[in-house]
Amino acid sequence: MLDLHQDYFALFGLTPVFDIDVERLEQAYLEMQGKVHPDRFAHLPDSEKRLSMQWATHANEAFRTLKNPLTRGHYLLELRGVDPAFDTNTAMSADFLMEQMEWREALGEAQQAADEDALEDLARRVRAGSKALVLELARQLDVTGDLDGAADTVRRMKFLEKLQHEINDALTALES
Amino acid sequence: MALLQISEPGMSTAPHQHRLAVGIDLGTTNSLVATVRNGVPLCVQDEEGKVLLPSIVHYLPDGQIIVGRKALATQAVDPRNTIVSVKRFMGRGLKDVAHVETMPYDFVASEGMVRLRTIQGVKSPVEVSAEILKNLRIRGERSLGGELTGAVITVPAYFDDAQRQATKDAARLAGLNVLRLLNEPTAAAIAYGLENASEGTYAVYDLGGGTFDISILRLSRGVFEVVATSGDAALGGDDFDHRLFCWILDNAGISLPSDRDARRLLMKAREVKERLTLDESVPVRMTLEGGDEVDLVVERDVFVDITRPLVEKTLRPLKKALRDANLDPADVKGVVMVGGATRMPHVQEAVGAFFGQLPLTNLDPDTVVAVGAAMQANVLAGNRAGDDEWLLLDVIPLSLGIETMGGLAEKIIPRNSTIPTARAQEFTTFKDGQTAMAFHVVQGERELVADCRSLARFELRGIPPMVAGAARIRVTFQVDADGLLSVSARETTTGVEARVEVKPSYGLADDEIASMLKAGFEHAQEDMEVRGLKEQQVEAMRVIEATEKALAIDGGLLDEAERAGLDAAIAALRHAAEGVEVRAIKIQLEAFNRASNEFASRRMDKSIREALAGHKIDDIRI
Repeated sequence: MLDLHQDYFALFGLTPVFDIDVERLEQAYLEMQGKVHPDRFAHLPDSEKRLSMQWATHANEAFRTLKNPLTRGHYLLELRGVDPAFDTNTAMSADFLMEQMEWREALGEAQQAADEDALEDLARRVRAGSKALVLELARQLDVTGDLDGAADTVRRMKFLEKLQHEINDALTALES
Repeated sequence: MALLQISEPGMSTAPHQHRLAVGIDLGTTNSLVATVRNGVPLCVQDEEGKVLLPSIVHYLPDGQIIVGRKALATQAVDPRNTIVSVKRFMGRGLKDVAHVETMPYDFVASEGMVRLRTIQGVKSPVEVSAEILKNLRIRGERSLGGELTGAVITVPAYFDDAQRQATKDAARLAGLNVLRLLNEPTAAAIAYGLENASEGTYAVYDLGGGTFDISILRLSRGVFEVVATSGDAALGGDDFDHRLFCWILDNAGISLPSDRDARRLLMKAREVKERLTLDESVPVRMTLEGGDEVDLVVERDVFVDITRPLVEKTLRPLKKALRDANLDPADVKGVVMVGGATRMPHVQEAVGAFFGQLPLTNLDPDTVVAVGAAMQANVLAGNRAGDDEWLLLDVIPLSLGIETMGGLAEKIIPRNSTIPTARAQEFTTFKDGQTAMAFHVVQGERELVADCRSLARFELRGIPPMVAGAARIRVTFQVDADGLLSVSARETTTGVEARVEVKPSYGLADDEIASMLKAGFEHAQEDMEVRGLKEQQVEAMRVIEATEKALAIDGGLLDEAERAGLDAAIAALRHAAEGVEVRAIKIQLEAFNRASNEFASRRMDKSIREALAGHKIDDIRI
């Protein structure tokens, strides 16, 4: 029996690895929504509407989790019994922390100067940094099986994601 | 002699089973209703052959309520009792509404949603909107020749939860069964995309009478996927009128016009704005009641100049939506223009310049939303066969969060999450023996609660008493396919379901709606009972029909005893529906829902397995 607790990879018929075929994930997701979406059940009894909302919600959550490399990596670690402990584990390499400080300084300066180009440039650098981390995570999870290293990479990605959000917010603030 | 049943190939239901469903565009300036007849979407005309219903409600002293064109004519005579652009008040407090000082209404000072004092008593915007919807419901029923199964009502994509809920409440008051609240730009995308068989990334720029939306959608093989949406729920053609109105006052040297003069001048401003779409200059000549003379000429360049900040204001949400979608303007294949205000040449020019391409204006910007809503209503009512249905994936426009210590908002569901969606968050008690907890739900992107929209406050009660920090209260925020939020809570160590009492900040409480429903039928208590009974009977028969259809296909999923149980529940429900006891039908409906739960789960299961199996076959082929 299918249930709402099975793992997200199995839900979409995927092997639980980091380096998934995103197009296949999207295809499976759309096929599933085609079956379970509330629009398919709007004319049916309440019991079916309820089920449809549960499944469609679940499919959305599963898709969202697997589509984004950070949440996918985090989820895979959890499946393999590792908790990246975002809140408590803040041990980072000195290099990474230095780079973070530099980027945050750049963000602060660009914000103060209302410098849109500097913000865009910073956003590009952060994106490049994130891309490199995704490649590293793929190697750690799928090739070397270095779960501690993977947890560290996921924590770094979390840092960069937060920074990316702040840059976006700063850009939006500049425009209004 | 047997009659031959002739039906077209591919039709899922015989013509007499066709369910009457409509799409309604409840607009700031105009509203309209559309439906799909013989596979063709069309707007329903009123008795004079007009499609647009001006969104104006006039309350008369004798209890009559005039809606639409006739009220348009009297608005300058009786502005206080003639409500225009009521959409701007939906789910809004008095302090949220722009230009209150120039509005000729008698606002009632109260907490929560704005109220207006009229000659027929204090009215909430929900009641005023319900009058417009009622008018369109009757128009639809008259034209289709029967009671409606349901309606899709459109809302601006950027409407928050309170505004959506207010719209749904208005539909309920108008006696409509809401199949879905559909975002206006998404409705337009359906109409546009299906007509043009579009594929790729499209932007819908929807500047209506009082609201602005921008949605970025990905269209591919029958899937309409909203990637990001943004907008301004208080920016529209009305604001262009208002700028021109102020310009006229300034240049004619008028400081304080009377309510009636103000309304006449506003109407004049709108007329001038519309004429400036084609003409280079338009004269304004008017004698006001106070004796002031207006004799001016408005040049298009002047109008463009004074409204340029408004056009620029629409570009900010545009940039934000693109950033959220991680796209550049050049990635957008086409820009669909929706809403009457996009007729203004300088709006089209600004949008064209931003995207570096001519916007698509080949659809009627006034009707495209209603047409898309009608097409969606037809699908939701179950009038189409499975294969030619399309899939619509929409998002919530604004993040949902709760207030935490220090007046900060913690985001729980981020904006642009695909709906339906749910997120759970765990909380704990901070005092020994604590059995209740208070929450404040907000919507918006800002860090401070004070800068976000307050949606509701709710309390959890019935938490089992434990030492501080021991309770684990899991609060689940669920956003349904209408974009509406509901909250549930459970103490996870004991499994006790906490009671959630929600007090909406700008909405109507359930008992208020109940009393409005009652007031509407005050002189016709019987009517209300008859209507209630009929609704329950229709619902019961609908449920039976759907279940029998399902049993014919998937009856094999039940064993004999289960089948017998479900058959018995159907028989009991049918029996109750043939009677005249509303309560009995309700009880049987609930019992039926319980009895059919298992069957529904197994059917869902089967359907998902089939979806996955289909996928595996593809894999083998690869």
